[in-house]
Parts: sequence; C-alpha cells; structure tokens
Amino acid sequence: MKNKYSIFSLIKNAFSNHENWQRAWRDPEPKKEYDAIIVGGGGHGLATAYYLAKKHKMTNIAVVEKGWIGGGNTGRNTTIIRSNYLWDASAGLYDHALKIWEGLSQELNYNIMFSQRGVMNLAHNLQDVRDLKRRTHANRLNGIDAVWLNTDEVKKFCPIINTSPDIRYPVLGGTLQKRAGTARHDAVAWGYARGADQLGVDIIQNCEVKGIKRDGDQIIGIETSKGYIKSKKIGVVAAGHSSVIANMAGLKLPLESKPLQALVSEPVKPIIDTVVMSNAVHAYVSQSDKGELVIGAGTDSYVSYTQKGSHNIVEETLRAILELYPIFSRMKMLRQWGGIVDICPDASPIISKTQVKGLYFNCGWGTGGFKATPGSGDLFAHTIANDEPHKLNAAFNINRFVSGDLVDEHGAAAVAH
Amino acid sequence: MFIINCPYCGERDQTEFSSGGEAHIVRPKQPTELSDDEWAEFLFMRKNIKGIQFERWNHSHGCRKWFNVVRDTSNDKIHAVYKMGEKPPVNK
Repeated sequence: MKNKYSIFSLIKNAFSNHENWQRAWRDPEPKKEYDAIIVGGGGHGLATAYYLAKKHKMTNIAVVEKGWIGGGNTGRNTTIIRSNYLWDASAGLYDHALKIWEGLSQELNYNIMFSQRGVMNLAHNLQDVRDLKRRTHANRLNGIDAVWLNTDEVKKFCPIINTSPDIRYPVLGGTLQKRAGTARHDAVAWGYARGADQLGVDIIQNCEVKGIKRDGDQIIGIETSKGYIKSKKIGVVAAGHSSVIANMAGLKLPLESKPLQALVSEPVKPIIDTVVMSNAVHAYVSQSDKGELVIGAGTDSYVSYTQKGSHNIVEETLRAILELYPIFSRMKMLRQWGGIVDICPDASPIISKTQVKGLYFNCGWGTGGFKATPGSGDLFAHTIANDEPHKLNAAFNINRFVSGDLVDEHGAAAVAH
Repeated sequence: MFIINCPYCGERDQTEFSSGGEAHIVRPKQPTELSDDEWAEFLFMRKNIKGIQFERWNHSHGCRKWFNVVRDTSNDKIHAVYKMGEKPPVNK
C-alpha cells in the first residue's frame, strides 16, 4: 500500500510542518465505460466499491456521488454500532458487520476510532422487560453477546441515569451488548474511499445521476451531470433518494423517505462512557471524543426530503433525556440536523437484485444503517459480482414483499434504531 | 414543521395531524382475484416522490376527519387541500 499511515509517516510529516501529506484519494474524470458503477458515495457505497475491488477483483469500477463523499447520512447519524437484533436473519447480517468493524482500522490502515464502549437498551415497563429478556436469549442463541441488567446494575454501569422509581417511565432494567459501541462516521467514509481509490476505483464527486438507460430488461448505463457513462452493472446505494433513482429506471420500491434528526451539545468533560438507548421514551445518547453529547431523536411521521425535521420531535427527545439524566438540565445544544432515511414496511433493509438485469439495490436501512456499513458493503459487493445474494443477505431480497416472507424487526427489535 | 389548512377546522399546526401516506391507492375490488404481485403493489410499493405528492392526512387531534393534501416533499410547501371524494386538482 502506498502512503501507508504509521507512526513513522507521522514523524516524517511533522518535520515538514504537515504540508506534504498526499491527498487520500484522486479526483478523476469519469471514463466512458466501467464494469460496474456504484451510485451513492456514502459509507455503504464506498464499502461496496472497496470489497468489489478487493475481494472480487473488479477494479474497473466507479462510485458516483451527487455531493461530496460521506456528506449524506454517513455524516449525519449518531454513530452507534450494535448487532443485538431479534430475528436470525438480522442477527446474521448485523453481527457479520460487527465482526468486520472489529478489525477495520487495521484493514483500512485508517483510524476509524472504533470504540467498543457497550450499548445499553433500557426497559421502562413490564412488556419492555419481557421483550428485552427474550431478545437477550435470542441473541445468545445466535452467538451474540447480550446480558440482562437489573435496575441496580444499570445504575452501576451508567451512574448518571435517574433510576428513581418515581419518574414517569422508571428504569426497570436493561440489556447490555458489550461488543457494541461507536465509530467515527466521517473516518469510515474516508477510510473506505482511500482504500477503494488505492485499488483503482474512480470516486467521482459532484456527479448527479439524471437518468438510467435500459435496453429492454438490461441496464446499459447512466446519464449524469458529467455526461453519459456506460455500464452493464449498476448498484444503487442512495439511502433516502433510492426511490428517486428507482423511478428513473421505471421501478417502484416499498420505501418511504422521512427526516430523522440528531443533535449535539456543547462539549463537556467525560460524563457518559457508553451508549444508552431507550425505545419507550425514544432517546439515545452517547458522548463523542470531543466531549459533545450526541443525541438521537425520532423521525417525522410524513414523507419529506427536506433534511430538517420538526421541532416537536426534538422537544420530545430532550424531554426524555432530561427525565433520565437530570444532570444535563443546563446543557446547551449546539447543532441540530436531519437526514433523509428510507424506511421499509418491515424496518429491514433490501440488498437485492431487481427485475432489471444488472440493476441492484441496497436500500431501506431506515434509521439504523450506519452500524451495518462494512457488512452491507461486503454483501452487496458479493451480490453484484456473482449476480446472486450471499447466504447472509438472501432473506433481504426485494421479493419478500411479494412472498410475504418479511423480516419484521419493527415490533420485534424493541429498540430505537 | 408546517401549517395545514384543515378543510373543516382551518389552519392548524402539523403536529395536530397524522400522515396517512400516499393518496388515491384504491383498494382492489375483488381481492380474491389478486396475484401476489398485485397484492405487493397495493400493500407495499409506494411512489415516495421527491416533489409534488398527493397524500392523505387525518386531523387526529382535532375533528378527526380524513382529507387529501397536495404537498411538495422537497420543501414541505402545501399547494392544495381537498376533501375525500373530491376530484384532485390537476397537477400544474
């Protein structure tokens, strides 16, 4: 690997005042034709390109991105990584990703700041307790680490939580996945971009897809703001805009795009060293290495592409945060933003071929796609290269909405994604 | 966040309403005749338009009546509101 990052390269560049670092990836013009094109330069798209080049030796490929890489949902999520899903298919998918996360910094030679600080999911009523206990059992049967904590153990693990029995939604316990945690989301996009670029992948930014060309049932190319590019394989990883691209190809998807919000506080000294989520009161919080509290809120209930989100959602989330963590009552929130998430009726993703030959979709990740980035890229690359799904993503085909074989995580996961 | 002009109650905050999703999806007249593909189309497939979309809303914290809205999903601007059963305004 050229320009390997190491302690030696750091020292060497320190002597030249860090003015001679080479750019991490090229800025090429699109070629006339590629063996495959990935639409969407977020984490999932870049990971797909990286694994296509690395594992399937497809190096004549491009990633086209309408803005800048990692500028969409990859840079807008709350960076939580976990794999404690209820159903076997989901457990397989998300734990595949978690296993790749564990060695990703080394593999990419890029510090993605993966931190296995644990993720705790709180229970606030008897049904939560039953559901979450059931989930820990299901997780363990699938080889995923999960433990049940009673209220005292929750308090011990995260002392700032208000475990008083007198609050509106008292904490009756929670589950803990210790291998879960966070990673730096921008670094994930940059690391995969650098890795893919070094394997010969063209990453083309500011290149918006305007149309998809079909010859009968076969894909033949895409019309972009930088001209027409030929390719017989197109993998679409466009998150909230998946339906827009699908419409260009004359397809409909079972998706609704909605704004999902997050916010960060002013930076403070370390106060919470884990990730705490609560589905019943819908709030989740962790602390970034800079010291900001990273708080996730819910989605708006209507379709919108505005990347803003409504104020009442923020209000509801902060109300829950304040009840659970009275210590934050005088914190100031610095920034709030929204990302457009594509939600499937069963809250599970689609990693699939379509009825159009050579057109593949990786979408429907909804509110919880970041955690799956490496696994999603790996499995989507497999699907594109072999024109067949991997056994881990076979259940996540688009045909499940016809067959009725849904992976219904909506009610089952009992967690805020 | 925006204001919706309920055809029965007048202008109210969006938080008083519930979104019912895409409008004018007609329930099949003879469900027993439907193929699995047609069921999937009716139940799950959505246009999910970025731009002018026809949708159903319910004034759930008000008069609780259903009605239709024409809204631009790229900027949340509402172009028209019309009652159930009324003809949708022609797209400009």
